[in-house]
Amino acid sequence: MRRAGMDQGGTGLAASGENMVGTVRGGARRRWVATLAAALLVFPGIAFADWAWNFQPPASPIADQIEHLHELIFWICVVIFVGVFGTMFYILIKHRKSVGHQAAQFHENTTIEIAWTVVPFLILVFMAWPATKVVLAMHDTSAPDMTIKVTGYQWKWNYDYIDEGFSFYSTLSTSLDQIQNRQPKDPHYLLEVDNPLVVPVGEKVRVLVTAGDVIHSWWVPAFGLKQDAIPGFVRDTWFKADKVGIFRGQCAELCGKEHGFMPVVVEVKSKDDYAKWLAAEKQKLAAATENPDKVWTLDELVAHGKQVFDGNCAACHQPTGTGNAAIGAPALVGDKVVLGPAQHQIDVVLNGQTNGVLQHPPAGGKMPSWAQLSDVDIASAITYTRNSWGNKAEQNVVQPKDVKAERK
Amino acid sequence: MSSITQPIGGHGDAAGGHEHHPSGIMRWITTTNHKDIGTMYLWFSFTMFLVGGVFALTIRSELFEPGMQILRPERFNQLITLHGLIMIFGALMPGAVGFANWMIPMQIGAPDMAFARMNNLSFWLLPPAAIMLLLGLFVPGGAPETGWTLYPPLSIQQGMGMDLTIFAIHIMGASSIMGSINIITTILNLRAPGMTMMKMPLFCWSWLITAYLLIAVMPVLAGAVTMLLTDRHFGTSFFDAAGGGDPVLFQHVFWFFGHPEVYIIILPAFGLISEVIPTFSRKPLFGYASMVYALCAIAILSFLVWAHHMFTVGLPAAGILFYMYATMLIAIPTGVKVFNWLATMWKGSITLEAPMLFALGFLFLFTTGGFTGLILAIQPVDVQFQDTYYVVAHFHYVMVAGTLFAFFAATYYWLPKWTGHMYNETLAKWHFWGSFIFFNVAFFPMHFLGLAGMPRRIPDYAQQFTNWNQVSTVGAFGFGLSQLILLYVVVMCIRGGKPAPAKPWEGATSLEWTLPSPAPYHSFPTPPVVQ
Amino acid sequence: MSAATQGAKPYYFVPQPSPWPIFGACALLLMGTGAAFWFNGYEAGPWMCLAGFCVLVYMMFHWFGRVIDESEGRLYNKKVDISFRWSMSWFIFSEVMFFGAFFGALFYVRNISVPDLGGGTLTSHFLWPGYAAQWPTVGPFLKDVFTPMKAIGIPLLNTIILVTSGGTLTIAHHALKSGHRGSLKFWLFVTIVLGFSFVCLQAYEYHHAYTEFNLKLSSGVYGSTFFMLTGFHGFHVTIGATMLTVMLVRAFRGHFDAEHHFAFEAAAWYWHFVDVVWLLLFVLVYWLV
Ligand code: HEA
Ligand code: HEA
Ligand code: HEC
Ligand code: CUA
Ligand SMILES: [Cu+2]
Repeated sequence: MRRAGMDQGGTGLAASGENMVGTVRGGARRRWVATLAAALLVFPGIAFADWAWNFQPPASPIADQIEHLHELIFWICVVIFVGVFGTMFYILIKHRKSVGHQAAQFHENTTIEIAWTVVPFLILVFMAWPATKVVLAMHDTSAPDMTIKVTGYQWKWNYDYIDEGFSFYSTLSTSLDQIQNRQPKDPHYLLEVDNPLVVPVGEKVRVLVTAGDVIHSWWVPAFGLKQDAIPGFVRDTWFKADKVGIFRGQCAELCGKEHGFMPVVVEVKSKDDYAKWLAAEKQKLAAATENPDKVWTLDELVAHGKQVFDGNCAACHQPTGTGNAAIGAPALVGDKVVLGPAQHQIDVVLNGQTNGVLQHPPAGGKMPSWAQLSDVDIASAITYTRNSWGNKAEQNVVQPKDVKAERK
Repeated sequence: MSSITQPIGGHGDAAGGHEHHPSGIMRWITTTNHKDIGTMYLWFSFTMFLVGGVFALTIRSELFEPGMQILRPERFNQLITLHGLIMIFGALMPGAVGFANWMIPMQIGAPDMAFARMNNLSFWLLPPAAIMLLLGLFVPGGAPETGWTLYPPLSIQQGMGMDLTIFAIHIMGASSIMGSINIITTILNLRAPGMTMMKMPLFCWSWLITAYLLIAVMPVLAGAVTMLLTDRHFGTSFFDAAGGGDPVLFQHVFWFFGHPEVYIIILPAFGLISEVIPTFSRKPLFGYASMVYALCAIAILSFLVWAHHMFTVGLPAAGILFYMYATMLIAIPTGVKVFNWLATMWKGSITLEAPMLFALGFLFLFTTGGFTGLILAIQPVDVQFQDTYYVVAHFHYVMVAGTLFAFFAATYYWLPKWTGHMYNETLAKWHFWGSFIFFNVAFFPMHFLGLAGMPRRIPDYAQQFTNWNQVSTVGAFGFGLSQLILLYVVVMCIRGGKPAPAKPWEGATSLEWTLPSPAPYHSFPTPPVVQ
Repeated sequence: MSAATQGAKPYYFVPQPSPWPIFGACALLLMGTGAAFWFNGYEAGPWMCLAGFCVLVYMMFHWFGRVIDESEGRLYNKKVDISFRWSMSWFIFSEVMFFGAFFGALFYVRNISVPDLGGGTLTSHFLWPGYAAQWPTVGPFLKDVFTPMKAIGIPLLNTIILVTSGGTLTIAHHALKSGHRGSLKFWLFVTIVLGFSFVCLQAYEYHHAYTEFNLKLSSGVYGSTFFMLTGFHGFHVTIGATMLTVMLVRAFRGHFDAEHHFAFEAAAWYWHFVDVVWLLLFVLVYWLV
């Protein structure tokens, strides 16, 4: 089957090795269709018009096999469909009362009834055979070149390079202003993250998928890989990217408020580039592994805390700490918890809370638990809230070891 | 279907004005009459369809463009949950029970349902359930944000809207079980002399099987949501790995209910279509016996395929293959039905009144939805489709163009019998064409969206999905407006119109057409004898 | 009475319009909403629930009373009797499926989720190191220690009680069929006593579990499945015993005769069903630990 998809309205992405969720493959005829449609539907949003109607181009052997399998099944269905409804329309034309057709009164015929049971069965066997082969191939996670653990959280992904010993979070980087239509939308609106997963091309990557709170689903269409992330369980699957480029997908299991804002972005690099990237990451890692009992200065904490806050907390409490009444996230400016005893705030941030009652069956707004963040991150974020936007808490410094002590 | 002699010993007293029931609102509250109860079911169903439809239009409006315009994401999620639950439990299931109540006693020559008083309770449990579902929107935390599938742990996080939903499901389950027991007993025990099982109209057969499915799976759903409730409030760990449970357990239990549920939704529709097509082809149903066997085969298979909704949770390969093969097999009995309908039309003498148009629309679009179902059954392909708009397209094809179209067909088919008047054929045809065209405008593009990778249950989407979403939204509004025609036609038909003869359709054969139109308050005071 | 009345002998009984169903609907509305309010900490909740329950009991009293009157008034003929038999059978089938969901959950956690969580699987390696997936279990996270229930002791005694009660009920049934009213009342009474003793012993056992074994509803999946299965069963025993009590009262009022006693039989069917569920429970929950 041909793939459709309009050029990205002059954003110039088509040329690069990048693939959007909807594919980018030009074509004069489709352009014509799109123009016609645009003329018919005088709607806003046409600027990034796209009439994508098929899988995006596969970038892994499995995705390729899936596409071929789909094509096979699809065409078989089309043939049956045409046969069945060709007959129906023939009947409707020929055997109408208005053309004077008299009704026959037969109502049984064993031969034909057996035939239309057995023939579909054979067709199904014919479909099941190639499908079985693909199922088995998808389950073959043996002999991977590398392993990555993917953990879904509300609403971000954690990528753990377990062979390399480091991990990082990956969150949506589209701004709230774009979502709320105060700013024009990027070409990769909702499909862009701060830290994409980076993998080398041509290597078999085993993916261990799990979740920290509710079920998510890690999905990269171009790799033909979708695996639900079940909290408390680890499931494994694999992919092997056969193209360099950026591949985009989304969380594919309803996981709450921001399920639609939880993209997956994978950057496939050449082996050399990947090695460089890895070396740089490891260097950063070395710099970051400090003695957990190290005492940080206020400035260090606030500087790091701003990053943590903007990355994790600002979605609800806003970058200015003014909160979001719509979802019950309180303003942290002048907030009694932020200005009060540090221990309570550590508790709130570590364990989350609802309506002021720690871990009670929730009603209304939910402050998630941030236990998955490091002690340094939590300490910095708290210290940041205690010293920003005019806040001046009495206990204004929280050290990582304080957080560590609070953990159960 | 079967030929009829004059009811023996009937002096037709019940046909007159002898009924002694209270009047006004009390008539409806206290009634034990299967027609009154059927009428209430049908109006309830239609009301819920409008409510669910308004939610759908709100969803579609938000999805008209990228960016958040009219809803907050959490509200959006609540609306999809309510849309799904209300359409399935509020519109389609009660609708089917409404037809059953009206028609089954008339088709088998019974005086009423076997348990007329319990029948009333089955109906009156539905409004409380609907109230509780909708109340969720107004309590702190809102309705569940989980989709109609209520997966934990997300459902564990929800506010009290979730508890209201759980109890609403319990109540609806009780209603369905009572209704089903009633229907099964009526069919098994109250057939008129000579009305053997293999002479019953196919609609009765389809409901017999459906009722059996309902009794088998509604208690399982009740069990599933009960475990949710205790996990939420009483510290159990069924769905929590920390205590040794598993969120996936809920999915297994839910879909053990959920898959048979989709056949609960479609089988009565198959039955209705099997009434309409022979009538307007003026030819007996082809392959009656194989139609019955196909129904049974579908019912049996439906218990073996549930995990096809869980193809991406990470089942072992052997499990996947089993569920994939079993699911594919359902195409065979369903195919038998499709072919039998075609063979019924073959060499018939076909006319295209509104019921037949809707039946043909059903045949065409349901089969399309069946084929997309088959494509979803191929697990590797489903990995790309699971939780995308392709699935949304699939199930609206089978449920809206399937069941709902069958309901429309049946409504026009029996309106003369119910009201004693002929409906406005021209407007009914408009209703058909509006529904048919706009349905496809609304839902066909969803296949493309799914293929291109748009997940379902998202309030906002990337820009390459914009165009098809806009087409779809336009179609949804067109489809919704077309339904107003139905409302108008029905209301006008109740209020007046050309008087309908006892048998307005030349080709109709079953028992209900031996009664005058409108059907008397008490259908068969004495059983007719069927030869 | 109305529809099918043909002269004196109706060929099928169709009841008059009835006010009771709407009471039932309101009762469930009150109970459902009340429970939701209750579980979320609203004062009004328990009261709404209670009010709903009262309406429900009131409704049942009148509705069932009405049915009994109709039955004793000989308005139900053979055909109606067959309807009742079908309906009771299908109702029990629905109950079987309800318990099936919980037995299914037990099967699943024992054979699928717990083994997957521990004992060197991928999951246990990354998330729950050191968790030995034995049964019974509180799961990999909780640290509580409890003593599981043993089959010997109260459960065994309860098994004997229930099986015996099935026997005594059958004796009562035979007595009814052969017109020995005294014997009927006696053996029915014995059955009820056995039934309620079962419930009391079960309550005692729960108390024991909570206070001495530290076994609670919240003790991981073992506690969850144990209390859900035995709890719903105990609830059904209570209902069954209540049904039998109603039958006893009716027997004292001179209801039933050798041919005409389906209410009694329905209660007996239900009782045997509850009995069978217990045997399954005894084997799967208590014995095969
Ligand atoms: C009326 C309801 C209804 C019906 C009848 C069906 C019918 C079928 N459905 Fe569908 N389905 C739903 C309602 C229904 N479904 C719903 C609501 C969901 C989503 C739930 C949710 O997640 O919210 C769903 C989801 C769903 C999935 C899961 C998708 C996913 O979430 O990833 C799958 C996968 O296998 C599936 C398959 C099928 C199949 C194989 C059939 C078959 O029964 C179809 C059989 C019919 C035909 C095949 C056509 C006619 C046959 C012939 C003409 C014969 C010749 C044909 C051949 C030999 C090919 N359905
Ligand atoms: C069972 C039957 C059923 C029916 C009949 C419908 C009918 C419709 N559904 Fe359905 N839908 C489901 C069952 C059904 N749906 C289910 C189970 C889900 C999954 C939920 C989940 O994810 O959990 C779903 C999900 C779903 C989604 C996906 C949401 C998401 O995943 O984010 C969408 C999106 O477009 C949608 C749209 C529609 C539309 C436009 C109609 C239309 O057909 C509705 C038409 C009716 C009306 C519009 C009302 C009548 C008219 C009026 C009241 C007059 C006023 C009208 C105007 C002013 C125009 N539905
Ligand atoms: C998903 C939205 C969300 C995110 C992200 C979030 N919060 Fe919150 N937060 C809330 C809500 C809602 C509450 C109110 C809970 C309640 O009513 O008890 C809250 C409460 C708080 C409180 C207590 C305020 C009070 O007066 O009770 C503090 C402190 C806080 N958050 C800090 C943080 C920090 C630090 C982060 C990031 C590490 C963060 N929050 C991220 C939603 C969020
Ligand atoms: Cu995470 Cu959806
Ligand atoms: Cu299914």
